[in-house]
Amino acid sequence: MTEQKPILQVRNVSVDFKIPAGGMFGGNKILHAVKDVSFDLHQGETLGIVGESGCGKSTLSRAVIKLIQATSGESLWMGKDILKMSPKELVNLRKDIQMVFQDPLASLNPRMTAGQIIAEPLLIHYPEVNKTERMARVVEMMEKVGLSANMINKYPHEFSGGQCQRIGIARALITKPKLIVCDEAVSALDVSVQAQVINLLMDLQKEFGISLLFIAHDIAVVRHIAQRIMVLYFGEVVEIGESEQVVMQPRHDYTKKLIASVPVPDPKEEMRRRELRRRLRREAAAAA
Amino acid sequence: MPGITGKDQVLTTYANKLATLDPVKGRSLTQDATRRLVRNKAAVASIIVVVVIILAAFIGPYFLPWGFSEVDWSNIRKPPNPEAGHYLGTDQNGRDMLARVLQGTQMSLIVAFVATVVSVTIGVIYGAIAGYFGGRVDAIMMRIVDVMYALPYILFVIILMVMFGRNPVLLFVGIGAIEWLTMARIVRGQTLSIKEKEFVEAARASGASSWTIIFKHIVPNLTGPVVIYATLTIPEIIIAESFLSYLGLGVQEPQTSLGTLISAGAPVAEVLPWMLLGPAAVLVTLLLALTYIGDGLRDALDPKDR
Repeated sequence: MTEQKPILQVRNVSVDFKIPAGGMFGGNKILHAVKDVSFDLHQGETLGIVGESGCGKSTLSRAVIKLIQATSGESLWMGKDILKMSPKELVNLRKDIQMVFQDPLASLNPRMTAGQIIAEPLLIHYPEVNKTERMARVVEMMEKVGLSANMINKYPHEFSGGQCQRIGIARALITKPKLIVCDEAVSALDVSVQAQVINLLMDLQKEFGISLLFIAHDIAVVRHIAQRIMVLYFGEVVEIGESEQVVMQPRHDYTKKLIASVPVPDPKEEMRRRELRRRLRREAAAAA
Repeated sequence: MPGITGKDQVLTTYANKLATLDPVKGRSLTQDATRRLVRNKAAVASIIVVVVIILAAFIGPYFLPWGFSEVDWSNIRKPPNPEAGHYLGTDQNGRDMLARVLQGTQMSLIVAFVATVVSVTIGVIYGAIAGYFGGRVDAIMMRIVDVMYALPYILFVIILMVMFGRNPVLLFVGIGAIEWLTMARIVRGQTLSIKEKEFVEAARASGASSWTIIFKHIVPNLTGPVVIYATLTIPEIIIAESFLSYLGLGVQEPQTSLGTLISAGAPVAEVLPWMLLGPAAVLVTLLLALTYIGDGLRDALDPKDR
């Protein structure tokens, strides 16, 4: 990593949700979804965020780009706090930060064609661009993500899951953003398609110099794509560091458990690891 | 983005490519639904029946020997008599019943159409806004709907009539102003579920404004329930109009509507049955056909929900 200033600096971000405790006057319970999280993200870097379901990964990623309101903390985008931006500044920011979602089909409007979907961010941020140029950009993006340009008039339900995710990626790329937040972008795809989409993301990252915030629950996937990994457990950062170091020499017990849970396609190795998992569980029980 | 001004060399090649491209036509959800609707025999038959009724009501009067307000002094209270040109007989004033039935159908259809358009427009916009913004906006907007629901609409129409005099336009407004309430509730409910979908979040993440999201992403996805409910509203409005006309609050003489005709025919059904049978047959056929169309549309638009 070069020693330049990080493009995104997240400082002590917390997100709380109010949950009605039942009854009309029962008051609210407060759920601390994300507790005091800080991290840096450099230009062209990929930071993986891993953790089990419900540990606050998605909430964190949405809070730092102000899609949901954070309770406290700051998120500095090139030195400016996103959480304090005016609505107008936010619209401009959306041009630089785009998102790719978990469910490929659900993230595409079923009543729009692939071309219309990909063109939408362009229409929002560059309304002055004429139709021919806009469609030319769409064709360019479709070819970049490996979709044939003559599918431009097809509707989302006519594409496969992997193709839908490519449309989602093309939509995220068309405004030439500096950061893409991938929220479980490959979890809904099957393994071979996962690999294709991840390699596509890495190629595009190299080509455009984009930073990625890559959220996943599968540490094996994250290790492949990310330079650094952050492990979240019940809304708290338990470990953050270079991915090789996190995976090979995990310091926190939860990280060890997470790594031990990744299946390996080798029965003998798997037996040995099952022993390891049992031992970890026994130790945890003894400690408690 | 540099080069977005159209001078980009690379872009020109893509533009040329686009011009020579022969893209595959996609099959939209609407086209899918149309295909399923066409396969539904009851719905297709009903559509044909409704189209025939509409054509007859609007074109038919030009081919009749008698106008709807013309009095034939030699044929008063006469049963059907093709020789005199009275195919459905005449009423107590010697006016041709067939001409009156066609004119009445025409009036009922216009009322139904205008009131449906009014209620769909207001209901969809109101419901989508309430559902999308949620929270306090939603609570206030829906309480207003609740209050209006509590007003008996007969009272509402009577007050309108007393204040502004009897006028068919008021009838449209009065009925439309009541019918949109249910539409707003249905649309709000649908909006609440659509706004949680990922494509709405994707639009927010790419910086779309609330209005863009409502009108580009939410409203088009409401098509199914709105179209279904609208087809079921039409018969409701025809009945409401008939009811108001029956009470003497609706259409004015010599103009007529299906409801007015039935209300005139009902007291004399024993001596002059043709005065009731004609308009009643048209009304029943129309309502039945519209209900089948609504059912067919529901099956076509919601293939999972059977």
